[in-house]
Amino acid sequence: MTKQKYLETKFVGLLTVVLWGTLCSANAKKVSFERDVRPILSDNCFHCHGPDAKERKAKLRLDTKVGVLADLGGYSAVAPGDPAKSELILRISSDDREDRMPPHDSNRHLSQKEIELLKEWIAGGAKWEGHWTFEPIVRPVVKDKKRHPIDILVDTRLKKENFKVNPIADRETLVRRLMLDLTGLPPTTEQIQTFLADKKPGAWERLVDRTLASSAYGERMAWDWLEAARYADTNGYQGDRERTMWPWRDWVVKAFNDNLPYDKFTIWQLAGDLLPDATQEQILATGFNRNHMINGEGGRIAEENRVEYVFDMTETMGTVWMGLTLNCARCHDHKFDPLLQSEYYQFNAFFNQTPANGGGGDPFTKPVLQAGSSAQNEELVKLRKQILAFEKDIDRRQGEQGDAQAKWEARMLKDKPANDWQRLFPKKAKADKQTLQILQSGLVYASGENPDKDEYQVVYPLEEGKITGFKLEAVRHPKMTHGGLARSDSGNFVLTDLRFNIRNSAVDKLVPLEVASASATYEQGPLKVSSTFDNNPASGWAVWAGKPIDRDHAAAFRLKKSIKVAKGAELEITLKFNSQHKHHNLGHFRFSSTATVTPTLKSDKGGLITALQTQPDKRSPSDKKNILEAFAAQDESLSAMRKKQNELEAKLKKTKASFPKVMVMADMPKPRQTFMLERGLYNQRGKPVTPAVPSWLPPLPKTEKPNRLGLARWLMEPNHPLTARVTVNRFWQMLFGVGLVKTTENFGVQTEYPRYPELLDWLAAEFLESGWNVKALVRTIITSETYRRSSTISSFAEYERDPENRYLARGSRFRLPSWMIRDQALAVSGLLNPQMGGKSVYSYQPDGIWSEATFGKKRFRQDSGKSLYRRSLYTYWRRIIGPTLFFDVAKRQVCEVKPLRTNTPMHALTVMNDVTYVEAGRALADLVLKEAKENEVRLRLAVRKVLGREPAPEELDVFRQSLRRALDSFEKDPGSADRFLSHGDSKTESEFPPVTRAGWAALCLNLLNLDETLNKE
Amino acid sequence: MTVDQAWRILDPFAPKPVQDRQLAINRRQFFSRGATGIGTAALAGLLGRDSLLATPFKQGGALGASHLPPKAKRVIYLFQNGAPTHVDLFDYKPRLHKLHGTPVPEEYLGGKRFSTMTGNPKGKLMLEPVEPFQQHGHSGAWVSEFMPHTAKVVDDLCFIKSMHTEAVNHAPAISFLLSGSEMPGRPTMGAWLNYGLGSSSEELPGFVVMTSISKGTSCGQIFYDFYWGSGFLPSRFQGSRFRGSRDPVLYLKNPDGMKPELRRGLLDDLARLNQLKYEQVGDPEIQTRIAQYEMAYKMQTSVPELTDFSDEPEHVLKMYGPQVKEPGTFAYNCLMARRLAERGVNFIQCMHAGWDQHNSLTTELYNQCRDTDQPSAALVQDLKMRGMLDDTLVIWGGEFGRTPFIQGDIRNRKRWGRDHHPYAFTVWMAGGGIKPGMTYGASDDLGFNAVENKVHVHDFQATVMHLLGIDHEKLTYRFQGRHFRLTDVHGHVVKEICT
Repeated sequence: MTKQKYLETKFVGLLTVVLWGTLCSANAKKVSFERDVRPILSDNCFHCHGPDAKERKAKLRLDTKVGVLADLGGYSAVAPGDPAKSELILRISSDDREDRMPPHDSNRHLSQKEIELLKEWIAGGAKWEGHWTFEPIVRPVVKDKKRHPIDILVDTRLKKENFKVNPIADRETLVRRLMLDLTGLPPTTEQIQTFLADKKPGAWERLVDRTLASSAYGERMAWDWLEAARYADTNGYQGDRERTMWPWRDWVVKAFNDNLPYDKFTIWQLAGDLLPDATQEQILATGFNRNHMINGEGGRIAEENRVEYVFDMTETMGTVWMGLTLNCARCHDHKFDPLLQSEYYQFNAFFNQTPANGGGGDPFTKPVLQAGSSAQNEELVKLRKQILAFEKDIDRRQGEQGDAQAKWEARMLKDKPANDWQRLFPKKAKADKQTLQILQSGLVYASGENPDKDEYQVVYPLEEGKITGFKLEAVRHPKMTHGGLARSDSGNFVLTDLRFNIRNSAVDKLVPLEVASASATYEQGPLKVSSTFDNNPASGWAVWAGKPIDRDHAAAFRLKKSIKVAKGAELEITLKFNSQHKHHNLGHFRFSSTATVTPTLKSDKGGLITALQTQPDKRSPSDKKNILEAFAAQDESLSAMRKKQNELEAKLKKTKASFPKVMVMADMPKPRQTFMLERGLYNQRGKPVTPAVPSWLPPLPKTEKPNRLGLARWLMEPNHPLTARVTVNRFWQMLFGVGLVKTTENFGVQTEYPRYPELLDWLAAEFLESGWNVKALVRTIITSETYRRSSTISSFAEYERDPENRYLARGSRFRLPSWMIRDQALAVSGLLNPQMGGKSVYSYQPDGIWSEATFGKKRFRQDSGKSLYRRSLYTYWRRIIGPTLFFDVAKRQVCEVKPLRTNTPMHALTVMNDVTYVEAGRALADLVLKEAKENEVRLRLAVRKVLGREPAPEELDVFRQSLRRALDSFEKDPGSADRFLSHGDSKTESEFPPVTRAGWAALCLNLLNLDETLNKE
Repeated sequence: MTVDQAWRILDPFAPKPVQDRQLAINRRQFFSRGATGIGTAALAGLLGRDSLLATPFKQGGALGASHLPPKAKRVIYLFQNGAPTHVDLFDYKPRLHKLHGTPVPEEYLGGKRFSTMTGNPKGKLMLEPVEPFQQHGHSGAWVSEFMPHTAKVVDDLCFIKSMHTEAVNHAPAISFLLSGSEMPGRPTMGAWLNYGLGSSSEELPGFVVMTSISKGTSCGQIFYDFYWGSGFLPSRFQGSRFRGSRDPVLYLKNPDGMKPELRRGLLDDLARLNQLKYEQVGDPEIQTRIAQYEMAYKMQTSVPELTDFSDEPEHVLKMYGPQVKEPGTFAYNCLMARRLAERGVNFIQCMHAGWDQHNSLTTELYNQCRDTDQPSAALVQDLKMRGMLDDTLVIWGGEFGRTPFIQGDIRNRKRWGRDHHPYAFTVWMAGGGIKPGMTYGASDDLGFNAVENKVHVHDFQATVMHLLGIDHEKLTYRFQGRHFRLTDVHGHVVKEICT
């Protein structure tokens, strides 16, 4: 460029600036309240004259129309149309240091330009508008039907502002841009070629659709969501215990891949447990809210922790769905937004119903759900199918057997051992207070009122013969407490006294039978069965084993003398329940007798004989099952089937038990009262509040209950002004590096006013109308020209004018997230293991990182083999010390929605020297050496693999030089080549000498460090 | 709409018009001035700008010029993690001997909150200092026999005995002291200063953290990375943790087999390729990338030199005590701190854990003092000998104090302990702008409550910033629509201790 030319360029640049300035002041006639005025007031005045009533000075409010126009005693802050009469203007332009606003010690001050803007606004009538993000979303009308609406909205402004618009980027750049954006992986050579070969119109759309359909899409989308959800594999804080929330992580991937509509995606995660007939998947989704840190530090107060967790849930919801900085209102009314402190606690009250407590630091703090990986779930389905198949076979086989069973039963009874129990069938049963009913198979059932104490009398006819003892069976019944044995608080009973009396004939007297000893299936501490006949009515037998009663119980009583029973004899049994424990009256029982010399409970294991002895019509369901099982056992094929089925059932049970426990949400049956907390301190309770939404946002729909489900549905109401805007902005940020609204985390009054408000609203409206279709939204953005523009910066002046590319006259060029840099290196070197889901993996980490951070309490055990090459999404995340090779990633401690992009030398050192990259360089080198024969072809191949394009001649010169350098160095010291090839676990069979391999490996490592490799262009 | 444009809508991949090519050539000439032309100007512009864009270590701070004339240029914070017992080390209370074994006088309690380990302190027995105290130096400062080396340098120190804080547990209290908030996530003092004042080292980060713990300590507290986090400030301001091993910086070493000369050459090639890219696409970030890799290389050479103590004279090494050559010890870290300070690092945070004597006042406390007393005193002396103490602020202290009453059984001397105590504790400061040989503020006659010239954590923070020439009310950062600062909305500079 000649000097003349250069000066011209400079002059044109200058001219542009001048013109720009002129345009600005020409535009200034139309001062926009929202764009120009509110930010000034908010930044400089709201702190003392804003929503926070406690901080408000001079009773003046400048955040509401009423406030600015209020009569302050003959004058007002703003006199529409008359700046000279507006106190606001007088004060901000006052020469008196004490009078002038903002106060000199406030660290705030207004520029002359800002003062002028305020004056112009008042002169123009002081039009007042509500804060734009709280106003309804209005779909802008885009008339031109021929072009993409995004491009129309962007280009109209670009044209007006005289931006030079970049052309569409070349195809190689585009395919890499798209694949990295949507899958986090670079395109393969085949993918590039397919796209380049597709010359028909619609090629781009077809590529987009293919990409959206790949399962890597869900993995890429999940990363950002995990950062927002503060997902990690440990609790955080001291102890940092390990949790297993990864089935939730896998669910997120699946939800993105299935394109679960964003409203369902939201409702399931915030309140899936409260949906009618909630599925396991919907409950699993609520793990979202349980990803917060858990503090296990000794000396912490449980309630303090619990309150923190609920704060975290509330604030995460605020950031993710509404872009509101709710946390600012924990201790006082919000300084800028109209959010009152009471409204913060009303939000808090939705989440405060969780039974999860704050004590102990348990990484499986209830409520939990056992949920498997997809592989585990598949295994479960397979097992269930097999079991079902066996059941059918068994049924069929039994049908074939016909009356064989009747014959077998008769044979069994004939051969029965002599020591079996004989069931007794009562004739009469009555109690002092309850109603006793006689049921099938000799059972007696107590109902009616539930008295503190009671006494039963049951009369049994006896058969002729000998009796040596009796058995009492206490049988569980669903009507008893927790399906147990009595209607007491626990389902336990206390039998305090038991009497057996015999009457040999109707005319004989009752003769008491003396009991010599007794045994029981279980005895509760001192409440032994022997104390039922110890003449002490206060003692007795009970069976509580410290957990809900989960089995039947029995006691056998041996008589002192065996008795001979005459024909027509009757037995009268008296049971007393006289315990100090209320309602401990046995509710469901039966008696049997025996003639064996030493009656024990074991003599009829499983009760088969007793069941067989019972008339078929009197048999209980468990009797029937018992008989069937025994019958099956003597049939070889049937028993084989049974055995197999039992094995499968055991395996099913084991598989289920091995599922990881995921913390999920639930509400307590009895609502917890929520209080405002002074200064946010857990023990400084203020006024009680109930769940509700702020008055300045749409109301909770009338059909909704004020619970989490209502809240979730409210967020997704089409008239909610924030959810759709905040969400589309986050997706935009993912694709362009910066959101349309830069303050992704804050859409409140202090948010940035976007360059393209109409575009944001158009996207939000589009998203809503699509039924919250995420893939459709992404597709809409990506098929615009705006997305496809070349990111080349045509002149420094262009760059200076819009360094962050907020106007979108060019495509975005920015450094990939560090996790994506790793995935890319694994992919291009062929090391990547694409296995999806499952528990997190331990890939490379320098020695001693964990033990140094935890004083040796946590030791890192690196995985081996293919697990080392899983996608970064699956890398184990210890919260107090995250994976060291990821830089600028969210800490996963609290919700983060805006990515960081900085560059320190440490980042460079990571990609230069971490074993991950050194190994990837070597693996890439081995691939290249194998796939091509000539060095020149190999160089091109390596560049194509990494960058997806052909190298330029001057680049090739440098690559050749690098290769020469590397080969020289390794040739001089062949040992160093061996050492350089030793990094990482993967092994390659290579026919090439180590020096050659090492030389290429060094070159490839350099390729992985290229600025272009690290960037999305 | 031209035909070309119309066609492009139908097929965006139509060949580009010729004029683009011409433009590209011009552009290339425009940018090819490389390291001396526009590129540098662009880079310089970027360095000053606070944006998402890249920035290497050495840079001006966000403040530009300081608010006040700075008295200190850098800080070395010897953070005693776990809370040293003020009543056994520096805050001498003879009345504790008299009340030893008697219940806490009720008038000292009044609704105070203690950790759940103590719960209700009513009826707890008072505990006398474990070791005797003596006055030292011209200033006559009281120091117990636990700290013989510190006792020798008291005339260089300023003791603040009226510190008090809000939190009763370690992590929140440390977070409060270092970031002004009990909840993690705010920028820490080092990050604020790094942001406000910039960095004066070309080869090293402006904010370096080192950690250590005494061997055999039973209850060390974890070093959470939010103790040196940058919160919402760009992450380049966060502390760089130098590890307690021979490789203090992760990934610093070239992979085994790659010679330094080869790396140098390859980095030259990388820079050339990046420069080509820059000329082609014009993204000034590429210049920053080139600088970033160059600085990484510089670090690779400067850090090993930093950790090579062979140039230290024997008497200096001896001063720091027997552990000075052992990476990961407090002594090693103290000497490293001086070496970092010499090389332009502005905020050096040495954290030593294990001061949590719940039941080990008569056992582990001795080890704790043995490992820290001598190196701390040596650092002050060493800086003084080199004339660096004048502009280096050294701070020694923990997150709170310990109860003047006992935790444990008074008859079992071996298990004597004290619980967490936020109502009074002692820190000392020395050097850069601090009056030497003085004691400021006092606790009551039992060391229970700060009573005279109370210094709240926010006051302490304001004072540190003041010494560095920063008005703590003016160094702010806008986040979530609010201007945040280290001292929240509080803090008063303790002018009485400043020169």
